[in-house]
Amino acid sequence: MTVELFSDAFLRTEDLTVRFGGLTALNQVNFAVQRNEIRAIIGANGAGKSTFFNCLTGVLRPSSGHILFDGGEITGLSPDRISHRGIARSYQITSILPNATVLENVRIAAQSRRHSWSLLAHYRAYRDIIERAELMLAAVGLLDKANELAANLSHGEQRNLEIGIALATEPKLLCLDEPTAGMSAAETHDTMALVRSIAKNLTILIVEHDMQVVMELAQRITVLHYGEILAEGTPAEIQQNPRVLEVYLKT
Amino acid sequence: MSLIATAPLLEVEEIHTYYGKSHILDGVSLEVGSGEVVGLLGRNGVGKSTTLKAVAGLVHASRGEVRFEGRTITRSPAHRVARLGIGYVPEERRIFPLLTVIENLRTGLDRQGVTAARKKELLEKVYTYFPVLAERRGQAGGTLSGGEQQMLAIARAMMLEPKIILLDEPTEGLMPRMVSQIREIIDVLHREHVAVLLVEQNVPLTLEASQRIYILEKGAVRHHARAAALQVNDAVIHQYLGV
Amino acid sequence: MDIPFDQLLIQTINGIVTGMILALVASGLTLIFGIMDVVNFAHGELFMLGAYVGVIVLAATGDFWIALAAASLVIALLGAAIYLTTLRPLLGRDPLTTLLSTFGVSLVLQNYALWQFGPVARKIQEPFTGHFTLFYLDYPWYRLVIALLSGAIIGALWLFLKFGTYGIWIRATTQDRVMAQAMGIPVPWVLTVVFAIGAGMAGASGFLFGPLVGVNHAMGLDWILKTLIVVVVGGMGNIAGSIVAAIFISLLEAYASLWVSPAQAIIVSFVVLILTLLFRPTGLFAPSRK
Repeated sequence: MTVELFSDAFLRTEDLTVRFGGLTALNQVNFAVQRNEIRAIIGANGAGKSTFFNCLTGVLRPSSGHILFDGGEITGLSPDRISHRGIARSYQITSILPNATVLENVRIAAQSRRHSWSLLAHYRAYRDIIERAELMLAAVGLLDKANELAANLSHGEQRNLEIGIALATEPKLLCLDEPTAGMSAAETHDTMALVRSIAKNLTILIVEHDMQVVMELAQRITVLHYGEILAEGTPAEIQQNPRVLEVYLKT
Repeated sequence: MSLIATAPLLEVEEIHTYYGKSHILDGVSLEVGSGEVVGLLGRNGVGKSTTLKAVAGLVHASRGEVRFEGRTITRSPAHRVARLGIGYVPEERRIFPLLTVIENLRTGLDRQGVTAARKKELLEKVYTYFPVLAERRGQAGGTLSGGEQQMLAIARAMMLEPKIILLDEPTEGLMPRMVSQIREIIDVLHREHVAVLLVEQNVPLTLEASQRIYILEKGAVRHHARAAALQVNDAVIHQYLGV
Repeated sequence: MDIPFDQLLIQTINGIVTGMILALVASGLTLIFGIMDVVNFAHGELFMLGAYVGVIVLAATGDFWIALAAASLVIALLGAAIYLTTLRPLLGRDPLTTLLSTFGVSLVLQNYALWQFGPVARKIQEPFTGHFTLFYLDYPWYRLVIALLSGAIIGALWLFLKFGTYGIWIRATTQDRVMAQAMGIPVPWVLTVVFAIGAGMAGASGFLFGPLVGVNHAMGLDWILKTLIVVVVGGMGNIAGSIVAAIFISLLEAYASLWVSPAQAIIVSFVVLILTLLFRPTGLFAPSRK
């Protein structure tokens, strides 16, 4: 493993451990990601990928270990505090608001960044929020569907809307949880282009099973296996790694 | 392309399934001939288990057709599919935890048209192939070890006297010794002229045990070949199964 | 405190008698819940209609056993009909849906009974008259008979579930409905039959209990509440648990009525319910599952 400048890392974990009763889902994970990197996290089902994301986003409190982000400790913070620190996440199972319009979905997320405690604030005060929401929709290619009910979108469009919602919170780190799950080849291609286009000035962690997506998008890959990091490296390095092949092909 | 000469036992034609809006199976087609062992490979999440469940009638196929012995079974209820002669062994084994081993076996054994003598015969056969089940016949299924539960799940499906057994990742989570036992059982089924549609992550075992292989990706079959023509190090294996 | 021994013994017997009837009703309810996750709010009405059917057949034939059989069978068939029309289409949805559905059915059945039979309670003649002397009291034989009959019916249910193919089918379906189907068990049919069995048991207990309290259209209401308490305390889906819980709660209530009036003694059941929910919500008598 190459020597990481861990202290410079944008996000890093120190001996991160999660135990559920007798099961150790994450075991002393030392993970680091640089600013503006696109890192893919792969592994078999049960390897600990979702658990890892859950720790990063405050949904789960680790049993031990630390998570440091952008110079500050975020271990055990609640999800809303973590969102304010700049970490956003899209979910494996789409969690958009089906009965709101596409624009409303994104606007609600955009609002979280600007508090408005005044009940009497003029609607013009919301202009900038709406503009920002529209900007986000343009970024994910859904501006023309702004006034459609989110429930009426196709599956691929809904997943992209989720990414738009995550983006609207102005994150510094974006966690994408299986963004192309259940998508056709065409939709996958579109989503990959979308992720590439938003990747400037954004650090992205992406959990995926689709190796084509992983190989084409990721700059570096982390392989998780039974709660531990099995290997880390560039796509080319990981493809040749004998231990990784052993695990994936059971040779 | 049909690589088998005689009419297939099981035909799956362009089936599509959805989970909510998620398009899981995007036009899967495959065939299994009488007595054949056919392997279904692919990474996690591509739809291998869903394909088996669609054949077994446990998942609804919104488009496409499943035919068994020439008869369309696409939207038949699962219990009727089982009675027609399709056995199903799920990924999580799912033996009935509070039923004893023999009661588990009886869920498949107690069928119409099976004489008491035949039942005895079937039990004896299963006890020969799985002696550990004979030992533990009075024990509750939930108290068996993982490997023993896997044996029981397969034995239970065999009680239906099926013409084909759908096996979903039978070696997952098992020790190497048990893995080779499962390998032997697949051979036994083949000798008994029971067809097997085997979903597995263990590539070498699948290549060894099967006559033909389908490789699935993103909900559709991407490659199809005779197992003998494939090696673990082939580019196509690495492309669809490796990293 | 000085409680005469004879009073204690009488209350023990009363508690057991009521407990056995309650056990019969409760095991039907918990059997249904265990296999299809449905809380059958109409169970009390099935009890009530069983009493009425029994009364009518008894009046027509004069034969207790025929009336008991009729009460069980007719209500079992009614149960199957209710299941097929109002429950089967709703299975698999939010549990609240089936709960509301059975609640609606209970209202329909109550009002049907009111319309059909009128508001006045019917007194039924005990089929076995005769008493034996228990201390200072003339204790009716009939009470012992119904306790024994309830026990016999529950015993028959236990045997049916434990041995025999259909018992295995029912237990397999309760433990894993999907795999039961994959094993060729006709699950839709099994669910209908189980609902019918639960209903039939409620119907039988209604008829057995009828002579003790008089039969009227609202008698289901008292019973459904107590039955639900018993089912929760015993562990939902746990038949043995509900039998033990039924007897336990009935005994407690019987003893409590040595000090307070029977109407107040019911508080005991609620206390037990609350304690169970606080400390052992899976049921006081539930074995540690999984």
